[in-house]
Amino acid sequence: MNIIVCIKQVPNTTDVRIDPATNTLIRDGVESVINPFDAYAIEEAVRLRERCGGKVTAVTMGPPQAETALKEAISLGCDDAVLVSDRKFAGSDTWATSYTLAAAIRKLEGFDVILCGKQASDGDTAQVGPGISAHLDIPQVTYVKKICEINDKLAKVERMTEEGYDVLETPLPCLFTVVKEINTPRMPSMKGLMRAKAAKITKFTAADLDADPAALGLDGSPTRVVKIFTPEPRKGGEMIAGSVSDVAKELAELLKGEVI
Amino acid sequence: MDYLITEQQTMMRDLARKIAQEKIKPVAAHYDETEEFAWPIMKILADSDLFGVYIPEKYGGLGGGILDMCLVTEELSRACGGIALGYAGTGLGTLPILLHGSEEQKLKYLPDIAKGKRLAAFCLTEAEAGSDAGSIKTTARKEGDKYILNGTKQWITNAGEAEIYTVIAITDKTKGIRGASAFIVEKGTKGMEFGKKEKKMGIRASATREVIFTDCEIPAANLLSKEGMGFIVALKTLDTSRPGVAAQAVGIAQGALDHALDYARTRVQFGAPISSFQAIQHMLADMGTQLEAARALTYATARMADSGAKAMSKDSAMAKLFASDMAMKVTTDAVQILAGYGYMRDYPVEKYMRDAKITQIYEGTNQIQRNVIAANMLKEAHKN
Amino acid sequence: MASIKILLDKCTGCTLCVKSCPFGAIHMAERKAVIDMAKCTLCGACAEACKFAAIELEKAGGPAKDLSAYKDVWVFCEQKKGVIQSISFELLGEGRKLADKLGVKLCAVLLGGGMEDAAEKLGERGADKVYLVDHPALKAYQDEPYTAVLVKLVEEFKPEVILCGASTIGRSLISRVAIKTSAGLTADCTGLDIDEKERLLLQTRPAFGGNIMATIIAPDHRPQMATVRHKVMKEAPVQPGRTAEIVSKAYPEETFASRTRLLNVVEELTSTVNISEADIIVSGGRGMGGKENFALLEELAKVLGGAVGASRSAVDADWIPYSHQVGQTGKTVCPKLYIACGISGQIQHLIGMQSSKVIVAINKDPDAPIFKIATYGIVGDVNELVPALTREFRRVLNK
Repeated sequence: MNIIVCIKQVPNTTDVRIDPATNTLIRDGVESVINPFDAYAIEEAVRLRERCGGKVTAVTMGPPQAETALKEAISLGCDDAVLVSDRKFAGSDTWATSYTLAAAIRKLEGFDVILCGKQASDGDTAQVGPGISAHLDIPQVTYVKKICEINDKLAKVERMTEEGYDVLETPLPCLFTVVKEINTPRMPSMKGLMRAKAAKITKFTAADLDADPAALGLDGSPTRVVKIFTPEPRKGGEMIAGSVSDVAKELAELLKGEVI
Repeated sequence: MDYLITEQQTMMRDLARKIAQEKIKPVAAHYDETEEFAWPIMKILADSDLFGVYIPEKYGGLGGGILDMCLVTEELSRACGGIALGYAGTGLGTLPILLHGSEEQKLKYLPDIAKGKRLAAFCLTEAEAGSDAGSIKTTARKEGDKYILNGTKQWITNAGEAEIYTVIAITDKTKGIRGASAFIVEKGTKGMEFGKKEKKMGIRASATREVIFTDCEIPAANLLSKEGMGFIVALKTLDTSRPGVAAQAVGIAQGALDHALDYARTRVQFGAPISSFQAIQHMLADMGTQLEAARALTYATARMADSGAKAMSKDSAMAKLFASDMAMKVTTDAVQILAGYGYMRDYPVEKYMRDAKITQIYEGTNQIQRNVIAANMLKEAHKN
Repeated sequence: MASIKILLDKCTGCTLCVKSCPFGAIHMAERKAVIDMAKCTLCGACAEACKFAAIELEKAGGPAKDLSAYKDVWVFCEQKKGVIQSISFELLGEGRKLADKLGVKLCAVLLGGGMEDAAEKLGERGADKVYLVDHPALKAYQDEPYTAVLVKLVEEFKPEVILCGASTIGRSLISRVAIKTSAGLTADCTGLDIDEKERLLLQTRPAFGGNIMATIIAPDHRPQMATVRHKVMKEAPVQPGRTAEIVSKAYPEETFASRTRLLNVVEELTSTVNISEADIIVSGGRGMGGKENFALLEELAKVLGGAVGASRSAVDADWIPYSHQVGQTGKTVCPKLYIACGISGQIQHLIGMQSSKVIVAINKDPDAPIFKIATYGIVGDVNELVPALTREFRRVLNK
């Protein structure tokens, strides 16, 4: 089974801070990590390979330094990795990103399953996974919380919904976006880390893809950011002190009418 | 301090640190409370290949040595000295095979240990043979191509959980300590049973039980080295493993110091963080310095072991002695810095203090270490 | 290919652009701005910030598409088991404002099976027109038929704006539709407005877990599509008797084909309502001390008619299922009242709940970060305070 897992390198949100003086994002010393949701996709990809055999290829689009995310993916069990990187991709929104990733995936030697995290922690759009499946014209199941059964042709999966879950059957090839509930990602292994260190990452530039240059990067992106600003930070309000029963009374009084 | 470890050692230290931080730290209090054996963590360590760091590549390991084992033990202990012992205790149980096993024995046991599929344990201590290990009573009687073991080993780390036991037993009562031999016994062998799990002051996540042999038959092929070599095997094993205890002590102390530093910077009294008071600063400075000195001695001794040094009883005793006394002091001071909070079980620091205590006791009490050190010093002086 | 450059003669070295760059890609050298192209993503924030028009962001010009044919504001009305979801009414409320600003019609789009009566009712929620596609295959949501139908509707009727809930269904569907129709799509908006001069939808959304806000447009593509976060916009009021024109469309059978098959819909009935829909959430963290104490939260939630949420550490400790998790790896919620019990307030948790209207925090640690964002903070033991609150609210609410 050929399994592709699409990942993104993102700034670690734990580290993202706002400079109170300038009200801007402090990025110095912010560590880059694999998007937390993609970690579940990687783990599921590796588990699928352990179940069905085959090969897992991690794919990312990003700047050259995104190679470290791919190396990490290898240390976690991926067999191969592809970095899709070119200045021509700069300014890509989710349309252009999914177009580019779909073009990169077409260059690979076929696939049965594509796995993505449900969304990235920096953009939170949840649009790239479905976008890739739309560009490739394959079925998708989003928010997958369990792959119950899978063979060469079919998969039975559970999709998380607001109320519970749906059970779906889908032919392969298919794209799944996965939620946290699907698994607990493993830690890297020493052998994985050593393999990652030695691994050669395949690199695709715009010229390597069968892609319309007008559909790449900023030019291929229908949306454009016109303004970025920091929201007024939420301020702490009042502390209520006193005995347990006094505190309860006061709070009930404060909330009465307003919200309850 | 930069100890100039290799790239691979840096990688394994960082991996052990990541596992300790992300997987062990959040559950340390739970296992301390319940005294359960942390199998889920052992599984993670197994999958990460860390059980194999000191085992040669030929047997499925990563080809490192005692320093590698120390680096991992230290990082795991920084999060929980008890859980770390499941790892370190396996190292102790494995060393007799690594150091004295035949090629056949190594091929049979080491690959599973390297993969973390089976844990190991070392069985020396008995009720009446603690510091005086020479008075062990467990016997191994040869009958044809079998040995029959009888006796009870006490306070055995990993007992009941481990599958591979290296056991010191007397094969010839007439020869005193020269009549001891070392054996490999697999869990499940008929006549091998475990006592109830001991309740301990610290390292409560580790399993400590009696191992009871009642006409326990093992194949003669399970004899390690030769008959009569049991004490040499035991001493050599302990000489090599003591840097591991030192590393555990260093890790426990570091974990406590981490908390103390964190707390000192955020705890405000008299309108200022307590870290701004010289009384606290000097305590922190002493803790940091003593810790670093212990670490340096530990790594130096581990490197000595890896260089193939023949006689290192004195050096490894020094490392274990110094590091464990340091750990007791640093963890006690960490509790002092957190003061009332430090004494409460809701905060993790008192656990470090309880965990540190065992490092002054096991694998030879620190009084025995001092005997060993002094005896070696005097012997050297006499030679010169 | 698109490019960005600093016009050196115009740059005054004021450093506004340096501060505006969310990617840290601009620094000053000899009092002029310099862009590090390795870090720049051409987001355009600096060009917007520059007061001297010294930053030029050029996009390779394609043949301009004729956008004048696109009219009307559409709202995709999500239904489950034939019931129109409340998010749809929120979108109709917001869509009404946008349509009025643009001087166009507000149209509801309803896909389902046996939805005629429900379609009629949408007029009362402010829709001028309802596009209804009624077919048994559309009874329950499925990606492919829904995408195919919506794409056909868009191609035929050419809306200017499409709004859709940022729900499981909305996000899965609209992402595919945007690709197929080459439309611009902005996810999870919390603010919408119209640039009346350019007839552009101004879409504001949080990024980096709410640490920054970005306003996004799609200048050269139609329709302009956005998914909108639940509970942010006000529901359209019911105007009894108001009617809408119903446009029923039928399509050839193959339009409804789906490669995936929906086998079963499972509703997990936990004691309390689902947290994305709840107006009040009582949430517990590690400070609850154990699984058994979550019963206290359930009681409080029951009295308040709310749902029970949890922090990641409580979920990781198996005290409550993952479906209750609020935060970065869980759900983003914005109820009217969020009561955080024994939750310290790690940034990953705050990301998921800091837009709640009123936040009450109960924690024994007075320095817990949660107090920095709480409307009301109480230092104390959750196991004493929560039952006391339950009693008090029960009294106040006469339950």
